[in-house]
Amino acid sequence: MLQSTEVAREKPARIVTPTVQVRALEPTVASEHAKPCIVTRDLTAFFGETPAIRNISSSIPQQAVTAIIGPSGCGKSTFLRCLNRMHETVPGARVEGTVEILGSPIYGEGTNPIAVRRHVGMVFQRPTPFPTMSIRANVAAGLRIAAKKGELEGSTDEIVEEALQRAGLWAEVKDRLDESATALSGGQQQRLCIARALATRPRVILLDEPTASLDPLSVQKVEELVYELRDSVTVVIVTHNMQQAARVSDRTAFLLAGELVEFGSTRELFTAPRDPRTESYITGRFG
Amino acid sequence: MRTARSRHVTSGAMIGLTYLAAILATLPLVLILGHLVAKGASSLSLSFFTHMPKPVGESGGGMANAIVGTLILIGVASLIGLPIGIGAGLYLAEKRRTPLANVVRFLSDVLNGLPSIVIGIFAWEILVKPSGFSALAGGVALGAMMIPLVTRTTEEMLLVVPNSLREAALALGYARWRASISVVLRTALAGIATGVLVAVARIAGETAPLLFTAFGNAFWSTSLRQAIAALPLQIYAYAISAYDEWHRLAWAGALVLITLVLIISIAARFATRSRFGAPVD
Repeated sequence: MLQSTEVAREKPARIVTPTVQVRALEPTVASEHAKPCIVTRDLTAFFGETPAIRNISSSIPQQAVTAIIGPSGCGKSTFLRCLNRMHETVPGARVEGTVEILGSPIYGEGTNPIAVRRHVGMVFQRPTPFPTMSIRANVAAGLRIAAKKGELEGSTDEIVEEALQRAGLWAEVKDRLDESATALSGGQQQRLCIARALATRPRVILLDEPTASLDPLSVQKVEELVYELRDSVTVVIVTHNMQQAARVSDRTAFLLAGELVEFGSTRELFTAPRDPRTESYITGRFG
Repeated sequence: MRTARSRHVTSGAMIGLTYLAAILATLPLVLILGHLVAKGASSLSLSFFTHMPKPVGESGGGMANAIVGTLILIGVASLIGLPIGIGAGLYLAEKRRTPLANVVRFLSDVLNGLPSIVIGIFAWEILVKPSGFSALAGGVALGAMMIPLVTRTTEEMLLVVPNSLREAALALGYARWRASISVVLRTALAGIATGVLVAVARIAGETAPLLFTAFGNAFWSTSLRQAIAALPLQIYAYAISAYDEWHRLAWAGALVLITLVLIISIAARFATRSRFGAPVD
C-alpha cells in the first residue's frame, strides 16, 4: 500500500513543482522531431550465456535528455553500458546487434572501443574521483590521452575551468584546485566526475543512476545540471526514481526483464502509457 | 546472585589472561632490545660505523664494510625483487582467475615458505659454482626471497582498490594497461610501499642465504663480483669467535641491525598511514 501511494504521488502532472513541470514539458515537442543521436538495432547483451537485454531497437534523439527506467535487474545499466562499449569489459560479457552514434557504428569491425569511450562520457552511481589526484588533475584525467592526438583546443587550465563551470562546481573549488579530490563532499565529487566526463567534450554523456548515493540537495543540483546539459550534449540517464525521470527527461524508455516495453515522450509515457505493463509500473503495481 | 558474581569473576580472570598474553607477546622484543642495548651500546661509537674491523688483539675497529655491504645487498635484492614482484602482483590482480595466475599464486606461497637456506643453495648452484662468491649471488638469493613477499602484498593491495575506479578510467578512454598503472596501481602505491618495506626489513636480517653466496669479507669491497661483508654474517662470525672484544662488537652489530629493521618497520607504518590520508592542506 505504501508503495502505491508513494508512486501515485509520482505522477508528474501533480507532484512536480511548477517550474520543473514546465521544463519537463516544454522541450518534449521539439525533441520528438530531433535528429537521432544513438540508434540501436536488435541490441542483445549477454553475461555468459544469459542475455541481460534482448533485441532492443531504439532511437535516442540528439541534444535531449533520455531517461531509462525500470525495476531493478531489468537491464537499464546494461543497456547504458552497451552505448560506450563498457559492457564488454566484464569477463564473459558480449554484445550482439548494432549501435550507431551519429551515424558511425560503434561495434563495427576495426572500431576501437577506447576511441568510442573518449567520445561518450560516463558517470557512475557512486562518485569515482581518482583519490591520488588533485581536483584539477581529476578533471584533466581524460584530457591527457585525448590531448596527445591534438583533438582539443585550448590550454588544459582553460578546459578544466570550462568543464568545472559547466558542471556548476567552479565557484566552489576554484581556490582549491590542487587539493585532494576526496576532500570534497559526495555531491561535489559527483559533479567533479561529471566535469571530468565533460572535459573531453563528448557528444554523448551517459549517467548511470548519478544521484542514487547523494543527499536531496545534491540530487537537486545534479538534476539542474542535467537539465542544462541538454543544450550541448545528448544525455542518457538511468534512474530508478520515476520522479527524477519526469523532472529531467524529454523522452523516457521503460525496460522490463531485458526488453524495451515502451519508449516515448516523457509526458506521454507518464500520463498516457500505451502499454499496460508501463501503466502498472508507473502506478506502482509492481517494481 | 552467586552465579552473577562468579560470572564476573570468570570474566575478570579471562580478561586478565588476555592482558597477560598480550604482554607476553611483546615481551621477547622488549627483552631482546633491552639486552642488545645493555650489551652493545657500550661498544657503539662513531668509529663502529666508519672503521674497518681490526685484527684480533687490537681494540676498537668497526663494521663499516658490513654496514655498506648490507646496504648493497639490499639494493641488489630490491632491483631484482621489486620489479618482478610488483609486476607479478599486477598480473595476479588483473588476471585473477586464469590458470597461470593460480599456479603463480600457489608457487609464490610455496617460495614464501621455503627455508631461506634452500634459496641460498640455489643461488650457490647457479652463481657461486661457476663464478665464485659474490655480492651479486647474495643479492640474487635475497631478491628471490623478496619476490613472493612483494608479489602477494602487491596483489592484495591492488584488490582493495575499488573496481569502480578502474571502470571510471576505462570510461574516460584509458586503455586497460593505462588504467591499471596510472589509476589502480597509483591508488594502491602507499599500501604496496608498506609491503615492500616489510619485505626489505625481512631480508635485511637474513643470514642463511648469504652464508655461501655473499660469504662475508674482512676487507672493504663494494664490487658486485667479489665476496662482500654483511651485518648478519659479521655478527655470526664474531659471535662464534673466542675473543671478548669480538663478542662485544657482535652485540653492537646486532643492535645496529635491529635498529635498521625497526626504522624500516616504522617507515612502513607511516606509509600505511598516508594511505588513509588526511585531507591535503
